[in-house]
Amino acid sequence: MTTTIESPGLIEPEESGAPDGHGGGHGPDEHDHAASHAHHEGPTGILNWLTSTDHKVIGKSYMITSLVLFFISGAMALVMRAQLSNPTSSLVNFQTYNELFTMHGSLMLYLFAGPFAFGGLANYIVPIQIGAPDMAFPRLNALSYWLYLGGSTIMTLSFVVAGGAASFGWVAYAPLSDAINSPGAGTDMWLMALGLTGFSAIFTGVNLVATIFYLRAPGMTMFRIPLFSWNMLVTGILILIAFPVLFGAVVMLFCDRHFGTHIYSVNGGGVPVLWQHLFWFFGHPEVYILALPYFGIVTDIIPVFSRKPLFGYRGMVFATLSIAALSTGVWAHHMFTTGVVLLPFFSLLSYLIAVPTGIKFFNWIGTMWGGQLSFQTPMLFSMGFLFAFLMGGVTGVLLASPPVDFMTHDTYFVVAHFHQVLIGTTVFAGFAGFYFWYPKMFGRMLSERLGKIHFWLLFIGFWVTFIPQYIVGLDGMPRRVAGYLPSNGWTGLNVISTLGALIIGISFLFFLVNLVTSWRKPVPAGDNPWDGGALEWFTSSPPPHHNFTHLPPIRSERPTWDYNHPEHRKDESHGDKRQREHDKEPVGANS
Amino acid sequence: MYPTYGADRGATSQGQDTFKLYSGMMTTGAIVGGLVGVLIIWTIFRYRRRSDVMPKQFHENIPIEILYTGIPIIIVAFLFFFTVITENKVTATVPVNARVTSTGTPVVNIKVTAYQWGWRFDYPRNNVSISGDVTNGPGNHGPQMVVPVGQTVQVTLVSNDVIHGFYVRDFNFSRYALPGVVNIFDLNLVRTGTFPGQCTQICGLYHTAMLFSVRAVTPAAFQSWAAGERAIGHTLQRQPQSAANTPPADTKITPSSALVAPSSKKGSL
Repeated sequence: MTTTIESPGLIEPEESGAPDGHGGGHGPDEHDHAASHAHHEGPTGILNWLTSTDHKVIGKSYMITSLVLFFISGAMALVMRAQLSNPTSSLVNFQTYNELFTMHGSLMLYLFAGPFAFGGLANYIVPIQIGAPDMAFPRLNALSYWLYLGGSTIMTLSFVVAGGAASFGWVAYAPLSDAINSPGAGTDMWLMALGLTGFSAIFTGVNLVATIFYLRAPGMTMFRIPLFSWNMLVTGILILIAFPVLFGAVVMLFCDRHFGTHIYSVNGGGVPVLWQHLFWFFGHPEVYILALPYFGIVTDIIPVFSRKPLFGYRGMVFATLSIAALSTGVWAHHMFTTGVVLLPFFSLLSYLIAVPTGIKFFNWIGTMWGGQLSFQTPMLFSMGFLFAFLMGGVTGVLLASPPVDFMTHDTYFVVAHFHQVLIGTTVFAGFAGFYFWYPKMFGRMLSERLGKIHFWLLFIGFWVTFIPQYIVGLDGMPRRVAGYLPSNGWTGLNVISTLGALIIGISFLFFLVNLVTSWRKPVPAGDNPWDGGALEWFTSSPPPHHNFTHLPPIRSERPTWDYNHPEHRKDESHGDKRQREHDKEPVGANS
Repeated sequence: MYPTYGADRGATSQGQDTFKLYSGMMTTGAIVGGLVGVLIIWTIFRYRRRSDVMPKQFHENIPIEILYTGIPIIIVAFLFFFTVITENKVTATVPVNARVTSTGTPVVNIKVTAYQWGWRFDYPRNNVSISGDVTNGPGNHGPQMVVPVGQTVQVTLVSNDVIHGFYVRDFNFSRYALPGVVNIFDLNLVRTGTFPGQCTQICGLYHTAMLFSVRAVTPAAFQSWAAGERAIGHTLQRQPQSAANTPPADTKITPSSALVAPSSKKGSL
């Protein structure tokens, strides 16, 4: 089948989406464009950072903030691992230990994993991938960041108030989190922080959904959106479903604590398990809010380093949508041992999530199949993700079974399971994305050698840390304990796990050295160091204000690839038939 | 037939059923996960970059995509089927207040109360009450719940303060003690022995030290144990220890001071 392929001309970005109303009319030449942007480059330095509504500046701020919190939280994990390497250690006392695991979980889940993806990487990359000049609501975007920074600061500082930080686990089950069992300002600060960062997430969700629905460049149909942006669209929708419920639950808990309501307390006629229902109605979509963006990153990276298009694009989109849909109906699988939920229903829906997740795996493999794979750092981290998430996913299927959940609930088996999933996504895939897009964001390369050392240490440390935790969990070690009896026989496995955590910690030193090196001795990246296919690789590194001076024709999910490799352009688009007819017309014919 | 994969084969009939399900699922998971893992590794080595020849730019293969959507659905349907069968066995209980099961074996009722921070085991039909607080002293590994083998033990699990988790590793089972909810489950012990148990749900300061154990004995030994406990005054009429013995809010407590008896502290920890 042959199709007429127009010579790869360039089209001007359509201005309908320019959020500030600037950007020149239709069809000015590039010179005018550059000039019209020059005057609103705005202030520089610290003032730029404080006042900017540019999604690229905000995205970088989000990334830096969340990475700082990631390192703080990781340091807490190392203290906990040091404590557990000796069954009756006196390194930290019970109270401090309870605060440590609460804050480790809270920082990682609320303040790192989500914001790093949807506030950081997505904020920076999504508008560029879809050919937009900025997010739909740039000021709201800035507000998101400042709420996030405020909330994060409040949560982190709760360590220094009298009575210490919150100490009831990141899930804050009532009635342990009420005023009697958790008095003190630490808990209130924890709740405040959740409120602020929750709104920050909601605003970012609104922004992502609006941006992806309304600011796509001409030709960027829904089925040509790169998978990272598709995942962020679905993540944005999930945020809008989940975070308002969390906020409601948090407000009610605050009322219980301070205004004498008894929503979650038995004594006043309340229902403690209501907190769990509300929390997990947020919490399970949240798990996918923390996972989908990272699936998207890997789905964007694997084709680039395989020199092939994504295999099963539509299957991938539908798998993402069905994961999101199912995720709103599985919350009670966290509550199987409460004895008050309908087991078969939540079990079945939880099992079903394995199906779209499996589709994703096979699509990733299909993308690599028959390709020319090269294993630069982003691809290596993506492979690390595949293995980590495979093991975490398989053990997750086990936990969908209520009897097996009864057996392993609240033991280290579950701890190992969700660390494999979350480190697989947020760390392996997250840093894959960071290594992948860093050249685009900063115009300079990271060292491949240091990146590979980072990967291999992390990968080895990861398995050394978590495989022993599965075993010790099956042997009966509960989570959230500061010690155990020497006669339990868990010491050896815990020592191995601690050594693994140490290796993980060391691996990140190489990451930091890599960052410093790239700043002291920059290696220019060029526009497209990886031969990427999506739109972000078409513009300069870093992109100019409002991202593009011109755009290539968008006829597939890889417009930059089509432009650079016209001989390999695919001859049919993902769009429907009418769209294909439309695409055949010369560019600009119906503008 | 059923590899253990690190778990216990179960000291109760419910635990044995759970174990078989767990073992079967682990085998399935190992096969499926192993196949996918091998496929990934094979792909990585087979298709690593050897030249600059542009690979074939294919996008999809609908029959294969349908295949790898359909097969997982069949696998999870299969797992769900066995899950429901096992779940019904594990959660089945004899009628509340029944004195014998439908097959005529006696039923022993135990009301388990979890509290901050300890456990109370009340045997209403035997007029025995056992309790122990974590603050009874370091080296105290919690109260012991004694149960007969070969009979049905019906546990009524409650909490009056926060949520606790009743967990015995060798039973392959845990259940929340949830304020405002009465949780009932049956245990049919199949072997004698002492099985460590522990609170698994974070319940505050002394969560780490909230230990207990279950000792399974023959029915005759159970009766003589109950008589002995009554003789030393461990009856339902005595004041529960928990109210009088609220632990001090000692926030400096560490595993070293809570779990290890002073005499053994000098040893190799």
